[in-house]
Amino acid sequence: MEQSGKHLTEVLAPYKDERGAIIPLLQKVQETFGYLSEEAISQIAKFFKVSESEVFGVATFYAQFRFTRPAEHCVKVCLGTACHVRGGQQILEAVRRDLGLESGSTTTDYKFGVERVACFGSCALAPVMVVDDRVYGRLTPTKIKETLDKYR
Amino acid sequence: MTFDKLRKEAIAEWEALEHSQKPRILIGTATCGLASGADAVLEAIKLELSRRSIEAIITQVGCIGLCYAEPMVDIIKPNRPRICYGNVTPEIITRLVEDYLVKGDPCADLALGTIGDGHIDGIPSFFDLPVLKPQVRIVLRHCGFIDPENINHYIANGGYSGFVKALTMKPEDIIAEITKSGLRGRGGAGFPTGTKWTFCRRSPGDQKYIICNADEGDPGAFMNRALLEGDPHSVLEGMLIGGYAIGASEGYIYCRAEYPLALKRLRIAMKQMEERGLLGDNILDSGFNFHLKIKEGAGAFVCGEETALMASIEGKRGMPRTRPPFPAVAGLWGKPTNINNVESWADAAAIMQRGAGWFASFGTETSKGTKTFSLVGKVERTGLIEVPLGITLSDIVYNIGGGILKGKAFKAVQTGGPSGGCLGADFLQTPVDYETLTKAGSIMGSGGMIVLDEETCVVDLARYFLTFVQAESCGKCVLCREGTMQMLEILTDITEGKGKPGDIDLLLELAESVKLGSLCALGGTAPNPVLTTIKYFRQECEAHINDKRCPAKVCKSLVSFYIIPDKCQGCRICLRSCPTNAIAGDKRMIHVIDQSKCIKCGSCLDVCPARFGAVAKVSGEQLATPKEPVPVDSWGKA
Repeated sequence: MEQSGKHLTEVLAPYKDERGAIIPLLQKVQETFGYLSEEAISQIAKFFKVSESEVFGVATFYAQFRFTRPAEHCVKVCLGTACHVRGGQQILEAVRRDLGLESGSTTTDYKFGVERVACFGSCALAPVMVVDDRVYGRLTPTKIKETLDKYR
Repeated sequence: MTFDKLRKEAIAEWEALEHSQKPRILIGTATCGLASGADAVLEAIKLELSRRSIEAIITQVGCIGLCYAEPMVDIIKPNRPRICYGNVTPEIITRLVEDYLVKGDPCADLALGTIGDGHIDGIPSFFDLPVLKPQVRIVLRHCGFIDPENINHYIANGGYSGFVKALTMKPEDIIAEITKSGLRGRGGAGFPTGTKWTFCRRSPGDQKYIICNADEGDPGAFMNRALLEGDPHSVLEGMLIGGYAIGASEGYIYCRAEYPLALKRLRIAMKQMEERGLLGDNILDSGFNFHLKIKEGAGAFVCGEETALMASIEGKRGMPRTRPPFPAVAGLWGKPTNINNVESWADAAAIMQRGAGWFASFGTETSKGTKTFSLVGKVERTGLIEVPLGITLSDIVYNIGGGILKGKAFKAVQTGGPSGGCLGADFLQTPVDYETLTKAGSIMGSGGMIVLDEETCVVDLARYFLTFVQAESCGKCVLCREGTMQMLEILTDITEGKGKPGDIDLLLELAESVKLGSLCALGGTAPNPVLTTIKYFRQECEAHINDKRCPAKVCKSLVSFYIIPDKCQGCRICLRSCPTNAIAGDKRMIHVIDQSKCIKCGSCLDVCPARFGAVAKVSGEQLATPKEPVPVDSWGKA
């Protein structure tokens, strides 16, 4: 497994003797390669001398980890309470409509992926969405197209 | 390096800044500021200054709490009070630089208020504004005033003096001071902090841990984020004090990965502490060793529960375990551990700096001090507030929050997130403290306060919270895992117009069982939103079940959109905005919505010009409309 010029083994090495390092390591692997592949899970299991199911069990427990290839742009629509009350659901639907997503969360060309997130902590600006690392607040369904157009 | 020397250096740096002959510009660049466009404003400031060759000192500060007025920029000219400007845009920057920095006109029409000595005509004092007057700033005292990435700013403003004072005291005396202050856990449960520290202090063991719980998972709450982004050192100082008092040499900060800026600022702050001998071995030559590690939470609400949080730090699935043994006896890696919330640690630092008596002078008999809340939802002035405990909900919603958005009617305040509940208008005069909120069936919680107006459906909101806890339940307890699922299904049916008589009783029965049969507070409090909704808004629940009507017109399956024939001008604006082509009609023809195609997105209502007001949203009724488009003005004249 090689991507961004880094080998998985290089990513693993610094975690050799750290207690409870499995989650930080999973985070690091995902940060480096974009997601947790089957191969990565199996290598991590070997590295810590535990079963693959144990690693997978930890990884699937936490919302942060993904097991499929991420899209080029990640659109995270906030559905925290304040966003819900101020129409976050309509924002999510508008995003899905605009991207033509019938089901699933990634467009067929892997250009956009859509996720729902429980809270970014920008509640005062609800409803909010985050595209890659940029937060867009005070949204309305009519603003969605122009916002996403910036990434097309 | 002694602390005195550190302090002198810091004060010298701070005073040089205060007495600078160059103008100073402060800009709030916490996450909320950036989301409102503070980065573009910052660029505009730099560009405008260089264009006019003006030298000014720009400081990026944290959130002062007025998120509704973000982006916020403050300008300080020598010998004049600081002026705060709200809702600043790059265009406004051009004007401020031109008019105020160059010509000396403070642009009173753009200003929110002034801070510091002196008065400027036409601009009120910032802290006398209705949004700030009822507030007391203890935890947030530095937010918006200091550069969170500069430890000297914190030290110059009294920072770390509480820890230095603690180093001269016996650990028991420090804990006595915290106990005397009456501080209770700010994570929401309200357990007396001093008592908690005592348990861990007395617990036998050579290795002890302290943990800062920064896994603010409650959707709708962001106080901890704002504090970590705006003043990380106050939290770290609290942890030093706690570590010394409890006898812990290692600490962890468990912070959500969703807060990248808070994490970045914590790392910078810790590095600066290490450089100055405030973290590591033999801190300030006192013989006290203390090491800190950051653990990034990977996204699980249940990890805010202390035993689940510790399991997560140990690299396991974050599942709660039975207590006893309590963490104070056997916590992280089986060692005595003390866990407090971000705000509790910051309070501890403030108490050691200013004294227990001072802290206890705020608040009520049983709930001392202040509490930060994120005031959000359908309120005019959303943001981060800090108020003395015992303040009434009405003060918070109306005086600080400026009342309900767009003048709509107040319906309820939701406190405590998924563990709390909705309190209606009867509770507006209720003082906010641990006991009153619990008695009302809600909880203090971490501090999310969501204001609901007449257009919020409480049944839908209860369903929303259940969706959340059902997804976040770790699955260990059957009643939490399956019970919340059943409750969610019943509530979903109710919101979709498939509710049956008896559903409410069944929900109540399930709620009791889930409460009893859950190991941790996630399941134990999960039914609260449903219980309070049934208790205080039963009629609204019954309208959904019996009349298939959503009084707030929120539940999609129960609302319909109609074009009012007498008002439609046939302008085609709604027709063009409809995503499913459900609207038929030509120019000067009364438009008609095909109900079978309508997905109820509401865009027709949004775009219909206010002067026509031709789109109606109804629930539980049907409007008479033509079957096919007919010419405008012909309706009803046949």
